Amino acid sequence: MCLSVPAQIISLDGEIAEVSIGGTIFKAGIQMIENPAIGEYVLLHAGFAIQRISEDEANITLNIIHEMQSKINHKK
Amino acid sequence: MRFVDEFRNKELVYILIEKLKGFSNRTYTYMEVCGGHTMAIHRFGLPSLLPKNFKLISGPGCPVCVTSKSFIDKAIAYSQNHDFVITTFGDLIRVPGTSSTLEMEKEKGADVRIVFSSLDALEIAKLEPKKTIVFLGIGFETTAPGTAIAVQTAYRMKLSNFFLLSAHKVMPPAMESIINAKTQLDGFICPGHVSTITGSTIYDFIAKKYGIGCVVTGFEPTDLLQAIYMLTLQVENSLPLVEIQYKRAVTEKGNSLAQKILNEVFYLDDDWWRGLGIIPKSGLKLNQTYSKYDIERKYPIKISQSENDDGCICGDILRGQLTPYDCRLFASICNPNNPIGACMVSTEGACQTYFRYKKNG
Repeated sequence: MCLSVPAQIISLDGEIAEVSIGGTIFKAGIQMIENPAIGEYVLLHAGFAIQRISEDEANITLNIIHEMQSKINHKK
Repeated sequence: MRFVDEFRNKELVYILIEKLKGFSNRTYTYMEVCGGHTMAIHRFGLPSLLPKNFKLISGPGCPVCVTSKSFIDKAIAYSQNHDFVITTFGDLIRVPGTSSTLEMEKEKGADVRIVFSSLDALEIAKLEPKKTIVFLGIGFETTAPGTAIAVQTAYRMKLSNFFLLSAHKVMPPAMESIINAKTQLDGFICPGHVSTITGSTIYDFIAKKYGIGCVVTGFEPTDLLQAIYMLTLQVENSLPLVEIQYKRAVTEKGNSLAQKILNEVFYLDDDWWRGLGIIPKSGLKLNQTYSKYDIERKYPIKISQSENDDGCICGDILRGQLTPYDCRLFASICNPNNPIGACMVSTEGACQTYFRYKKNG
């Protein structure tokens, strides 16, 4: 129930979008997304797009973890 | 970027595990309050990867698990009317009521239909005007806006045969009740998708009033491990905060459009949580404008109240005070084919998760 899945908007028609998850197409209500655009990634949950996903923030998160490798220091 | 594979990168997982090995002075206990996290933690084998001094406990994060038995009994009672169609998310149909389940009623001829979305239930109402369509609204703040949109759409279209039976709930009061139940924990792994809607500020009072840190977390192994690292830094620095690990989807303010929809349709009322009892201002009920879509208002029913489950300790498990291994019914009488309690029915429940991923310990 809690799970939401990243999906890419591939078409828009009023309040309903078609979104792609790995090539499989689903319909999604986009009433919760302001100014949705084709190509954007959103989280799909129970038939609705509930939030945009930021590729920039995703990259920042991954880089933070990569950078930890150089700072690994066991506490005594 | 696909936003999934990158966050399952083994190299990043090992980096985070190595960082956590650096904290060896004490035990750290963190509670997650999201069924999706329960499942992800065990699916990815995190308890076996983490150093032994890290303990993860499950809280009341599975909306199916905390739905009251009387809600199921009401749904079943409505399903007895041959002019009614009960529409529900799939994970609810096997949850035991007092003496039956929606699945069993369907087998006996009741019109119970699984839907993927509240909009599917609305579509059924449009296509079958002579039927009374009851949508069973369960879920937390992630799911409730979708239900609200369906109700708003029914209102706009002047649909007279679409109704809601709401068991929608909000998370922060349940987290507070866990703290008040004196469950020992050092921090909360906060629900990532609830927080996409609400924003992270809903947890501020937990850090400020109770001195317990909160990290809003994604669902992949690196998300969970990074969140555990962030919580541990908070504990080590005696600085409980609300932080966002899941920044690609969560902001402090959340989705204001979704919040506006929620606030327009629902108000907060006291609600019964299976295993936790009544929690004040924790349930979402239809407000005045939309109250005509409340099925209980249109067709009141009386059912006998019984929330006891013989031998089932789901309540203690939902409070994080016991684990499924502590239950004498676990993996014997109570299993996914014959669930006694809701925690074994739901794929996000602690009991089914333990059964699937670590039955033998």
